[in-house]
Amino acid sequence: MGNLRSVQKAFEKVGAEAVISNDHETILQAAKLVLPGVGSFKDGMKHLKELELIDILNQKVIEDKTPILGICLGMQLFASKSYENGETEGLSWIDAEIVKFEFNEKKLKVPHVGWNEAKFNKKSCILFSDIDNQKDFYFVHSFYFKENENVTIATTNYGFEFTSAINKNNIFATQFHPEKSQTDGLQILKNFWES
Amino acid sequence: MLKHRVIPCVLLKDWQLVKSIQFDSFRTVGHPTSTARIYNSRNVDELIVLDIDASLNNEEINTEIITDIANECFMPLTIGGGINSIEDIYKILHAGADKVSINSKAIESKEFIQQASNIFGSQCIICSIDVKKENGLYKVFNRKKGILEIDPLELALEYQKYGAGEILLTSVDNDGTTKGYDLDLLRYIEKELSIPVIINGGAGMPKHCVEAVQNGADAVAAAYIFHFSKYTPNDIKKEMHNNNIYVRNL
Repeated sequence: MGNLRSVQKAFEKVGAEAVISNDHETILQAAKLVLPGVGSFKDGMKHLKELELIDILNQKVIEDKTPILGICLGMQLFASKSYENGETEGLSWIDAEIVKFEFNEKKLKVPHVGWNEAKFNKKSCILFSDIDNQKDFYFVHSFYFKENENVTIATTNYGFEFTSAINKNNIFATQFHPEKSQTDGLQILKNFWES
Repeated sequence: MLKHRVIPCVLLKDWQLVKSIQFDSFRTVGHPTSTARIYNSRNVDELIVLDIDASLNNEEINTEIITDIANECFMPLTIGGGINSIEDIYKILHAGADKVSINSKAIESKEFIQQASNIFGSQCIICSIDVKKENGLYKVFNRKKGILEIDPLELALEYQKYGAGEILLTSVDNDGTTKGYDLDLLRYIEKELSIPVIINGGAGMPKHCVEAVQNGADAVAAAYIFHFSKYTPNDIKKEMHNNNIYVRNL
């Protein structure tokens, strides 16, 4: 929902052919998948269910090992569950919970909106080819990804260090928006496309 | 560290970009698509585009022009003006915008903000508040209806409660004057809010932007300074950096 077109045109900009689709056949035939998304976790899962995409995604990503890139809410949907508007089960590809930023004393604003640095703790990840460490990327989110299986490849500081990118086998995701992060963001999409 | 954003704000009228002076006289400043391209190549933090005709004349959202602008932007793009329905927001986002700025409709209906933020997420919903001073008191200003008997702080707090992700705060008195932001207004609103505040209206020199951040602004928006002065967004960031403010891309 929402920024699909931004993601598509960013992929086009780096020479990729990207199709926006919820058609089962098209998804099954894709060489790579991207799950973008803004909006709430609950709505996101509800739409995936209504469109009967959960089994298809499980088959493509878990069984066929098709590379997938989750962006923002897309990344969060990979987790086991979220506490946004109650408790909702996610795709459960990563053992992780989606938790709200809460700051009492420090008075940091929520949502976390704007440009912030990604500190690579796994520079070797294919997503980060030709990108310098600690470059700024565009974030806009109120919930963060709290994972339990050591799949974090980048962290970002907002009151504390939170996971801003993950990789587990063929599963890639960023909490920030590469499609809105100018040159370095486009490079991430290019790296995913060309990997 | 999260950076303070410097956001060019451009107004759309009859397919042209314009800049207002105290919301009244408008000067054409170029073609929207080429302006978007220039800002993209200058690697600005974000871009806000407001369609002033749409809000005044109840015109339909011009998705064609939004698409053209969005095609040039690989940074966040906010579109505002004339948003009246959830359908309008769908249209704007589908045209490639990332956020919407809602003004008149939000004053009419807080439930609309709640509904919009439930569907699209708070991160997508900027509530814009125009403020004018009358007899020493800050009051909400509406383009169509003029000064309203509403306290802008009260309104901002309601927007926050109903799910706004950011507040775009514009001083109508300072708009286009280049005398600096209304810092009293900024402090009055910002210190009570837990969501980010983008201050707008009055920047004429980089030091005005520094003052705004020092007085609590999370981000600064400006129009006049970029269109009619020698200063670029980067000049502002340099000045901010020299004053120990975190900015992106120097």
